[in-house]
Formats: sequence, C-alpha cells, structure tokens
Amino acid sequence: MSSTLVILLVGGCVAASCALLGCFLVLRKMALMGDAISHAVLPGIVIAFLLAGDRSTLPMVLGASVLGVITVFLVEIGTRSRRLQEDASIGVVFPALFSIGVILISRYAGQVDLDLECVLYGEIAYTPLDLLYWGDRVLGPRALWINGSILIAVAAFLFAFYKELKISTFDPALAAALGFSPVLLHYLLMTMLSITIVGAFESVGAILVVAMLVVPAATAYLLTERLATMLALSTALGVASSTVGYFLARVLDASIAGSMAVVAGIFFATAFLFSPSHGLVAKAARHRRLGLGMAEQLLMLHIGQSSEPRSGQVSRGCEIDTLERRFNWRPSKLQKVAKRLERQGWLDRVQEGRLMLTAAGAEALERTGQAPLTHALQAED
Amino acid sequence: MNSEVAEAVSTGPGGREREPAVEVHDLTVAYHTQPVLWDVDLVLPEGELIAIVGPNGAGKSTFLKTILGLIDPITGWVKICGAGYRRRRSWVAYVPQRESVDWDFPTSAVDVVTMGIYGRLGWFRRPRKHDRELALECLDKVGIADLADRQISQLSGGQQQRVFLARALAQQAQIYFMDEPFAGVDATTERAILSLLQELRNQGKTVVAVHHDLHTVAEYFDHVVLLNMRLVAAGPIRETFTEENLQRTYGGKLTVLTQATEDLLRARAGDPSLQQPTGPPPGQS
Repeated sequence: MSSTLVILLVGGCVAASCALLGCFLVLRKMALMGDAISHAVLPGIVIAFLLAGDRSTLPMVLGASVLGVITVFLVEIGTRSRRLQEDASIGVVFPALFSIGVILISRYAGQVDLDLECVLYGEIAYTPLDLLYWGDRVLGPRALWINGSILIAVAAFLFAFYKELKISTFDPALAAALGFSPVLLHYLLMTMLSITIVGAFESVGAILVVAMLVVPAATAYLLTERLATMLALSTALGVASSTVGYFLARVLDASIAGSMAVVAGIFFATAFLFSPSHGLVAKAARHRRLGLGMAEQLLMLHIGQSSEPRSGQVSRGCEIDTLERRFNWRPSKLQKVAKRLERQGWLDRVQEGRLMLTAAGAEALERTGQAPLTHALQAED
Repeated sequence: MNSEVAEAVSTGPGGREREPAVEVHDLTVAYHTQPVLWDVDLVLPEGELIAIVGPNGAGKSTFLKTILGLIDPITGWVKICGAGYRRRRSWVAYVPQRESVDWDFPTSAVDVVTMGIYGRLGWFRRPRKHDRELALECLDKVGIADLADRQISQLSGGQQQRVFLARALAQQAQIYFMDEPFAGVDATTERAILSLLQELRNQGKTVVAVHHDLHTVAEYFDHVVLLNMRLVAAGPIRETFTEENLQRTYGGKLTVLTQATEDLLRARAGDPSLQQPTGPPPGQS
C-alpha cells in the first residue's frame, strides 16, 4: 500500500467518524463538548500508557473512554448545580483534566514515548510507518486498523440508535416520556466520541479533531433540512476536507492536519455564503425579493385606490410625480417597481408620467388585497 | 376518522371499570430548596377535558412533567389508570410547550409526527411504511396533511402546534397531557384544536391541558384544576370555577369576575397583569 493511500485512508476514516458524530454535537448545541473531551481524555491516555508500558491500543482506548465519561459526568454535575451554565462548566472541567495530562507527560517524559507536540498536532505523515503485527505477520498500518475499526463502530452505533438519537436530540422530554433514556443515550454518544477522539489523536491531533468534529457537520447543517442527508453530507465533506487538505499540504509543503482543517473551513465559508437555503447571498436575494414584492403591492394598492373612477369620469391613473412624493422612494426604485409590474401586465403607462392598473392588475389586487404580502411570500416557495 | 386510530380506541383499556385517569397523592416537588408543588392531592376523572389553571410560576408545567415521570418528586406518588407511569407509558401522550424544542432541527413535519410512534416501536425497531402512513393520517386530522414534507422551521406557530398535536394523536394514547396547547395560535387554529380535543373526549379519552386564558376555561373544559403551588380546588367547572376559587388562586390580583367586569376582562384578554405570580417562586410555570 502506498503511503499516500494510507494517509488518505486514515484521514478519511478519522474525518468520517468525526463528521458523523459531529452532526449530533452540532444539533445538540454541544460542539464545545467535542473540544472538551478531545482535551480531557489526555490524562486517560497517559495513565493507560504508563500502566501498559507501551502504545498498545486497547488500554489507550479504555483510558480515553473512561476519561471521556468522567468529563461528561463532571460537566453534568456542574450544570446541574444551576450555578454554572453548561459552557462555563465545560470551561472549568476540560482545562483541569487536560492540565493533569500535561503534568503527567512532562513528569514522566523519560518513560513515555509521547510528546505534547504529537498529542496536540498529530502527525499523520508517520502513520504508514507504524505497522501492526499479528505474531510475525504484518497486518498493515496500525492507524488504519484502529481508525477503520472506529469508523465501523461509529457507523454501526448510529445505525442502531438512529431513531433514538434523533428523538432524544430533538425532544428529550418526549424521548424520556416514551422510555428512551436521554441520559443513557447521551453517555453512549459521549463514549463513542471519546473513542473516536483517541483514534483521531495520532492523525490529526487533539486540537484539529475539534475542527473535524464541528466544521463538516456545521457546513452540512447549512446545506440540508433532513437529518439523514445531513449525516451523509457531513461525512462527504469531512472526507473531502481530509483528501483535499492532504494534497494542499503537499503543494504548500505545510502541516497536513492544518491544511485539512483549513480546507474544511473553506468549505464552511463557501456554504455560509452560498448555501441555497441558508447562505448569506441567498438570504440577501430573498430579502430583496420580498422588499420588491412588498413595494409592488403598495404601489398597486395605492394606484388602485386613488384612481378608482369617480362618477362619470374615466380614470386617468396616477401621476408618477405624486407617487414619488407619496412613497418617498428614490425615482429609480419607483421606475423599477413599475417596470416589474408592467412586465407582469398589471400596470400600464397610459400616457407620459401616468400609471394605471390594467384589468388584470385590478383583478390581481382584488385577489391579494386581503393579505397584501401573500403574493410576495408565495414567491418564496 | 382513520381505521388505526379507531382501532386504538377499541383495543385500549376499555371494558374495565371506570377508574380515575390520574391519581396524585401527597405530591411535593422542589427545585433545590424552593418548593414548586406542595402536598398536592388530586383525582382526575376519565373521559373529560381537564384544564390546569393558575398564575405563572404556579407549577403547572412541573405538575405535568412530574406526572409523566420527567421530574422526580420529593414525596408522594402518581398513578395513571391505577398504575405507575412506567406501566402506563403507552397509554399516555405528551404535548410539550412549543418553545421546548428547536424548530430548526433538520426534519420534516411528518417525521416529527412519526416520533409519536417511536414509543410503540421500542428500541432499535425502525418506523415502517405503515407507520409513516399513520403519521400522515394524523397530520390530516389536524388539517395540515399538505405540509407533511415541509421543514419544520418553515411552519407557522399554529402549524407547529398542530404538528405536536398530530404527534400526540400518533401516540394513540388514552390520556393526553398538553402543556398550553392554545398558546400563541390564531383563532382558526384554536377552534381546530378545540374540536380535536372534543373529538378525543367523545372517543372516551382524557385530555389534561395547561390553560392560560381564563375566559375560555368554562367554555372549553369540563373539569378544572386550580393550582398555585398548592392545590386550590379541583372539580367540575360549574362547582369549581368560581370567583372565590379564582381569587384564592390568583391572590388579590384578579379583578372580580362579576358579570359586569367579565366583558371588560374579555376585552383585555391576554393582559399580563392577570397572570402575575403571587406567592411561589417565579420561573417554573
């Protein structure tokens, strides 16, 4: 297996696991929890390391999971005290645990083949060199086995508990009333998160795992309105960030993990601006359309009312000058609105400087006159 | 009425002797040291529309949540149709306050209604096609079948409330607990919800709803529970929903409900001064 392929596969597995779990973190408004756990599992890893004496995987995963659950537990205690908001509670718990890990590493640096640099930033470039053996046989890169297994576990977990996670995220009270313990599900989710984070440690590091947990999920959230689609999109975005990021790093000769996070960030910024439903551009366009629709309604209402034929007289419409004074619009705006209405065949320039409703326009006004905005709002759909 | 809902009526706890829908004994609930509910003793009859009325912070929502086992009481117990909540879970439907969930959640109206069926499915089993069909029927019953695939944030407040009601219908329960089902909906929706509740009652179901509008209590409900941390009074509207009991519930803050002032009150419906908390701690209504 070429080392490029190994790196891409490891990166893809890490990104996919993080992106899947990240959806639930984002929807539960607990993105910070990923941050907290990714730091707080450090002492668990170090202690497992010291006890096992080497970098065997199982003790590390166990140590991290235990610390993950402890983190969640401590945060809950803090939140439940009602003197701490959840964010403050997280902010108290994770630096405390993380610093214990830092102290352990620096104190036992001699015995521990684990340096802070590696924990914080990860080094995915070395993953192809670290092979897993079964007796004398080479099974392949260790990181790939670990992160591949974790991805399968995460996918199986979400598949098995999809409905339960969905309801306990959307409406925890109903979930509890129906007998799906939100607390149990919360701890299960957090345990899976801790396990994922340990795997991600070696490749993207503790800091950048946060990016993989939150950014693809937040991007997907901007792009869809269905949970299943969000999970799929988030996974695709995570894998794409990691793949594109790797090649970007090669081009720039820069940190691989850093480049992956940057690409994820670029994806997010793009969605933030250009998402068809939630993007800033689409929102601005919608706002403008709505404003124009409103202006059209106003203009038609005004012309309709003020040019009702009086007894015996033929209606001559409204003077544009009067309308300008009446609405206090810029002349260009009045022209634009009038043109749009003319195009729809609702308004007519009877003679220079005068506007009048057509028969179709009067009818349209009759239809929408009750609720002036309905027309504009319907244009939204 | 659709066939599956009809079936649930006949296969429910029918046939047994009428026993109280809800029995509450010596119930005390506190958040920290502040009591929210104090020594509540109560029996709610089956097959009626029951309003829970009281000022803000009177513990109405807490009362519902405690009945549903979402909050552990300090003392006392609750029985639903003669048994604890855990054994009666499938007989009970819950409509929380509309603001209690995040309507930006990426899901559709019919998906939310399908959640009402999750309880019957239990762990791991997935909703199937006929479950979705039932959900669509329930949406139809609340009059918004055409909005089934809408993302829920695109629904109006009244439509969101209807989605919640449809979800409760999908639970096919015997007793419906609703936290302010009429809050923030327009007159059309209010009438639609009312006729739905009446239909449920006519099918022999019990509806227990927290209600804020004092002017419609007597018109909408059969039975009333007046609550202000303690139970002030409970019983059929005619005997219980009296001026004296309302005075005791709302303290001196309630204008006397004589016929002369009633019209005035009607005009000021929604006046916040009617709903000032009196004794108990604010915050938990």
